[in-house]
Amino acid sequence: MVRYILNKLFYMLVSLFILISATFFLMKAIPGDPFQSEKKVLPEIRARLDEQYGFNKPLYEQYLKYLGNVIHGDLGISMKHLNQEVSDLILKTFSASLRLGIVAIIVSIIVGVLLGMLAALYHRKLIDNIAMVLAVLGIAVPSFVLAALLQYFFAFKFHMFRVVGFENPMDYVLPVAALSAQPIAFIARLTRSSMLEVLHADYIKTAKAKGLNWVTIMFRHVVRNGIMPVITYMGPMTANIVTGSVVIEQVFGIGGIGKQFVESITNRDYTLIMGITIFYGVLLMLARFITDLLYVIVDPRVKLSSRKEG
Amino acid sequence: MSLESSAAAKQTATLTPEDFSKISPADKNSEVIHRESISAWKDAWQRLLQNKVAMGALVLLLLIVLAAIIGPRISKYSYDTNDLLATNQKPSAEHWFGTDDLGRDMFVRTWMGARISLIVGLSAALIDLLIGVIYGGIMGYFGGRVDEIMNKFSEILYAIPYLLVTILLLVVFEPGLGTIILALTITGWINMSWIVRGEIMQLKNREYVLASRSLGAGSGRLLFRHLLPNAMGPIIVTLTLSVPNAIFSEAFLSFLGLGVQAPVASLGSMVNDALTGWMYYPWRMLFPAILISVTMLAFNIFGDGLRDALDPKLKK
Amino acid sequence: MKKQRWLVLLTLVLAVGMVLSACGSSNNSGNKGASSSTDTSSSPSSSDAGGEKLAADQTLRINFAADVPTFDPAQAQDNQAHTALNLTYEGLVRVDASNKEVPGVAESWEPSADGKTYTFHLRKDAKWSNGDPVTAHDFVYAWQRVLDPATDPAPAYSYQLYYLENAEAYNKKKITDFSKVGVKAVDEYTLEVKLTNPTPYFVNLTSFYTYFPVHKSVKDNPKWATDPSTMITNGPFTLKSLVTGQSMEFDKNPNYWDNADIKLNKIKATVVNSSATEVLSYQNGELERAGKPNGDIPADQLPILKDQYKDEFKLDPVANIYYYEFNMKAKPFDNAKIRKAFSMAISRDDIVNKVTMGGEAPAFGFIPPGIKGAESNYRDEYKDDFFTEDVEQAKQLLQEGMQEAGYTTLPPITLIYNTNDNHKKIALAIVDMWKKNLGVDVTIQNQEWGVFIKNRQNGDYQVARAGWVPDYNDPMTFIDMWTKNSGNNDIKLDNPEYDKLVADAYTNSDSKARMEAFYKAEKILIQDEAGVMPIYYYTQASLTKDYLKGVTIDYSGAVDYSRAYLTEHK
Repeated sequence: MVRYILNKLFYMLVSLFILISATFFLMKAIPGDPFQSEKKVLPEIRARLDEQYGFNKPLYEQYLKYLGNVIHGDLGISMKHLNQEVSDLILKTFSASLRLGIVAIIVSIIVGVLLGMLAALYHRKLIDNIAMVLAVLGIAVPSFVLAALLQYFFAFKFHMFRVVGFENPMDYVLPVAALSAQPIAFIARLTRSSMLEVLHADYIKTAKAKGLNWVTIMFRHVVRNGIMPVITYMGPMTANIVTGSVVIEQVFGIGGIGKQFVESITNRDYTLIMGITIFYGVLLMLARFITDLLYVIVDPRVKLSSRKEG
Repeated sequence: MSLESSAAAKQTATLTPEDFSKISPADKNSEVIHRESISAWKDAWQRLLQNKVAMGALVLLLLIVLAAIIGPRISKYSYDTNDLLATNQKPSAEHWFGTDDLGRDMFVRTWMGARISLIVGLSAALIDLLIGVIYGGIMGYFGGRVDEIMNKFSEILYAIPYLLVTILLLVVFEPGLGTIILALTITGWINMSWIVRGEIMQLKNREYVLASRSLGAGSGRLLFRHLLPNAMGPIIVTLTLSVPNAIFSEAFLSFLGLGVQAPVASLGSMVNDALTGWMYYPWRMLFPAILISVTMLAFNIFGDGLRDALDPKLKK
Repeated sequence: MKKQRWLVLLTLVLAVGMVLSACGSSNNSGNKGASSSTDTSSSPSSSDAGGEKLAADQTLRINFAADVPTFDPAQAQDNQAHTALNLTYEGLVRVDASNKEVPGVAESWEPSADGKTYTFHLRKDAKWSNGDPVTAHDFVYAWQRVLDPATDPAPAYSYQLYYLENAEAYNKKKITDFSKVGVKAVDEYTLEVKLTNPTPYFVNLTSFYTYFPVHKSVKDNPKWATDPSTMITNGPFTLKSLVTGQSMEFDKNPNYWDNADIKLNKIKATVVNSSATEVLSYQNGELERAGKPNGDIPADQLPILKDQYKDEFKLDPVANIYYYEFNMKAKPFDNAKIRKAFSMAISRDDIVNKVTMGGEAPAFGFIPPGIKGAESNYRDEYKDDFFTEDVEQAKQLLQEGMQEAGYTTLPPITLIYNTNDNHKKIALAIVDMWKKNLGVDVTIQNQEWGVFIKNRQNGDYQVARAGWVPDYNDPMTFIDMWTKNSGNNDIKLDNPEYDKLVADAYTNSDSKARMEAFYKAEKILIQDEAGVMPIYYYTQASLTKDYLKGVTIDYSGAVDYSRAYLTEHK
């Protein structure tokens, strides 16, 4: 087990290195730089800025220097948010996205799995159709439209919430609703589809024939097996949601990392772009690693088969 | 075990030659399967034809495609001609879907937008499908080092900031539909490959795969005849979702100024443009939004039908 | 089967529970000010002559469309910082509602006879937020910090201080002795400033943030401007809290010398980068003011809000210009007649009345109204009648131009703009006009900001969108950008006569003669060379609740909330 994890860790570091390198050169290949504005900076000042930020050095030197800093755990200082540590900015903005994201994920899973299960149990019946139409709507209405509609009706027309704000628990409702609509739809459909398969599987028939308690069948067999694709999807989804949604964060005025990331790219805030990319990369790889572990835990066959063969 | 065999042994012991009789030649073929042998695809197609809801959705989709082709032509207006004297007009006999903020006819623009969105959505989804299934299938099937490396590669690609890639693509290539589809697919297939990988990893230990393998089936046959068809459910679901995903990603790119170039518009960018004033000019958002939703609904219902038809386990 | 029913029930209970909890909440919290929002437009404004009653809660709520990148006056460069720094700092002078200089930290000032030396007398009761007195040395220190070549990062706006004697030389490392630079603390409360040229608008300039003083403590802490607890400021407000991308809070500064005049106790700002949300938030009673300069109102909503909120909707003309640049080094715009034809073939009236709808003024010159001239406004003294829109003449000019350049058909033309709804609409409208009036097909291309600005500044374009916001209230800020060696000369204008006019205007102290020079230069730019195609002079659209008073907007559109107050309202 230790070897397994060490092995994974090694691969992760190698990937991270490749990610950093690729992003660094990609970023530098794109036209524009952090000092651009409608009014051009004087050439003398420009030269001084280039020197201060090391932009006058050859690209590979800048790259090696950056790599060296990262190895020492130094993500540098933002070029747009002057004098702010990139790591600080990431932590601060990520905490907002995380808080929102966790609520959205929990809501998505509960509602999504329940909807999907209902639809599967009542396959081709009214409940199935209603659940699936809801799910399709969740996908068919883009989040920027949904967010605007939610704000207009629930905040402005019905005065149930504030239009903007992210302080008290009630402020979470609208952004969570907008954020989880698509994952709910996705999870519901995945759950339905894989549960349908499971429900027709022989071992379920066997279990039924054995006279096993219905609840036991549902949760021991059907859900456990039917949830696999949901777990696959959950890895990237979790990474996706907690890394913030630009649209939702912009519309609801939330100081999240998604907004920060897009702004950093528009501003060519090089250190911040790199910092968030590395952060996202680590998160994603961890999420995928955990997904793989979950496979082993949830699906008895993945584990059993390896023992049998051994 | 022992009990049964001893009983069988007892039976054998009591058999006499009188228990046997000759069968007539006419009965010789009784073991042959009489049902006509049909291929899995043909079978699926027949089952799809029987699914009325799914066929209805397919017809609807074809109608939308047809309308996107001929819609702009049956109107006297062109999608890119402004009429500053007729801006933001309500739907009327003159302008069936109203006009937008530059007085352009929304009927023509909506169908033009549908054309663009369908091209973007379908081609991106199909490319995602092709690459994702092959890549994910190989990862899931071979496992081990191959999986490890391919998996990491997809992770790295996924983690590279997508916007940077898109900006660079638009700088390097001419802005246009092709570039946008390329930008959408360059990382779009990864999700599909992960779904496929997960499914295959789970399926490859199933008994029927083991059986087929022990009967000498090669990797290709196993993957394409047994594993992928059985993973069809999640694949189709992911596919039907990647169409709207591509359409909305394009809208998001327009939002950042990286989508299709004006005056051409996609449904997504039209909705996006209408968003700031939708409470006052609802028709500008409504028609493209409804068209998106209906298209998605049809895609999904058809996708469900396709899934049911392709799933060997749902055979009745 | 029964068990399935049980599951359905469970789902229903969960769903209902969620809905209920959502509804329940609305009754108690999250709904502040909702009642007041519903119909503010129709409520009579409380202008009982003189009988204005202050509201008990003096908390102002506003929105910033983006984070304030820095609270360091030396480093600031944008609108958001401008608004924030106007609250937290005070320069030698302030600018009041009528754009007049009024005493700030300086009680009084006087120019020398040659107009090159200014002596500022600082008030003795001006204090930093920690109680330290604000002295002339703080100004010297701040200005040195802006100009010091060692300051890291190098302040991009250091050129704002180049009016001081030897400032440019010091900043560009030509001299190393700061005592040669024209600023000196004669004593604790007397600041003497020597200028290179007589600069009539210098006093006004000292109200600009690059001229703000900073507390000496910043020397030891490079991160001082990132954390409210380490920001020692001298303005009417102090920054209380700062959540990146989300919110800011300013509190009244008890140590501010004029705090008796400051009525607001608190300013709360949200950071929402969506104009539609900002307006909705205003309509819902969550903001006292929405729109420019810190936010925006969607163009789609302008005509409707104008009617719906008659008393709250405002369009302030500001001295900014929206224009298109022709690349004079790129075909076919290397020909003046072709440039002129394009400029004459559009209808600016249609653009401002039917496309932007913000009450902007069609522009036929380059210097906007609101910029000071010799006595009154420059634009009142010199009319912008450099050309008229005339499709027939435009067609003829195009023909002539094409003949001169030897075209039978024009080469393909692309117009570039950066991502923005308004830019897109204007581009679409103009391209359509060119097509209808000149029969020329122009492709439009939206480019991501960084790519766009790089292309424009590198001259990789044919026609590009542009806008200009003045640095100071003088025509020079619109004119010296087109000299041959100016970094902002993206049209690559190369006209020796123009350059000479600008050089003369720099050294001339006679107002009238300077304005004359500017007019001649403007004529070259617009009429002779037609290197830029002026489109309109900006207005700033905003919504202000009728109970919010005392907000001032300066000539360039910058806003000052420091003297604002809220009157009693429902």
